[in-house]
Amino acid sequence: MRPYIVTNGRTHPSATLELLSMVRSTGRVACDRLGPEHAQTLRLCHSPTTVAEVAGHLRQPAVVVKILLSDLIGTGAVTTHDPTATAEVTTDLIEAVLNGLKTRL
Amino acid sequence: MGSRPDSDAFPWQLKILIAGGFGVGKTTFVGSASEIEPLSTEEHLTTASLDTDSLAGVERKSTTTVAMDFGRITFPEDNVVLYLFGTPGQDRFWFMWDELSRGTVGAIVLADTRRLQDCFGAIEFFEQRGIYFLVAVNEFDNAMYYTPDEVRNALALHESVPLLLCDARDTQSATRTLISLLEYVLTTSAPQPTP
Ligand SMILES: Nc1nc2c(ncn2[C@@H]2O[C@H](COP(=O)(O)OP(=O)(O)OP(=O)(O)O)[C@@H](O)[C@H]2O)c(=O)[nH]1
Ligand SMILES: [Mg+2]
Repeated sequence: MRPYIVTNGRTHPSATLELLSMVRSTGRVACDRLGPEHAQTLRLCHSPTTVAEVAGHLRQPAVVVKILLSDLIGTGAVTTHDPTATAEVTTDLIEAVLNGLKTRL
Repeated sequence: MGSRPDSDAFPWQLKILIAGGFGVGKTTFVGSASEIEPLSTEEHLTTASLDTDSLAGVERKSTTTVAMDFGRITFPEDNVVLYLFGTPGQDRFWFMWDELSRGTVGAIVLADTRRLQDCFGAIEFFEQRGIYFLVAVNEFDNAMYYTPDEVRNALALHESVPLLLCDARDTQSATRTLISLLEYVLTTSAPQPTP
């Protein structure tokens, strides 16, 4: 993938996405109706994942992946969830992770 | 756990930062604790710099690239995912830490006893922002042994901040360090009512 070509020369994503924004495909758009880069991105969103993880798998800079995902969000192929909505760290959440980590020892 | 109507399928997130100086073992730690191969992504950063060559001293923008590595551990029963982010080690990327530290539950500052001063910056950063952190001395094989008290004194660490030893290459050790951080956060933070 050549970043500049993939993004059509655009340098800013249209949707507000952070590294830990969650993305997931809606199933409303089939991969074979998309270009290879967008199709590859969509396939990585089959189950809920983060922008960072999609970028890591695509081996592309975060900004490029944010642009690709914005396109997919724009066409309704992908839905996103703002991490700031989940930013509140509750005791329940910490305890769940703590107990989960202990079972890994 | 409470329900979140708009995001049934999206998991809850918890984020922990792995900080410390250059080459202290941050990437190694993330890799040991993570259930996936650590991934890395680049973030392009535009920084304004003063162009000293030009007559007017106009501001010029330059782009730097910072690589960040991250890993994750999922807990499917609770629909929770823990993300581990290795912070960029170089001092000139401090401003990146602000974005990364937003919404974080706490941080692990890795220290190397051969270069203790390298983690001063990280300690100061978290102290100033009131972010929970602990210091984990990553024991390199050829490093001199110091007692935890000696290290604590050298770092001028507040007595409430946990200091422990770890081996960043070891999954069990890295996991125990994460557990220590979360236990510290739970016992230190005032109990919050859950919605
Ligand atoms: N002996 C020993 N070596 C270690 C340990 N942890 C890391 N290393 C080695 O130290 C080197 C640096 O580790 P990294 O994990 O890349 O350090 P880092 O903090 O991510 O480095 P930067 O991202 O460049 O700042 C690697 O060669 C590791 O294999 C340890 O606990 N013991
Ligand atoms: Mg590293």
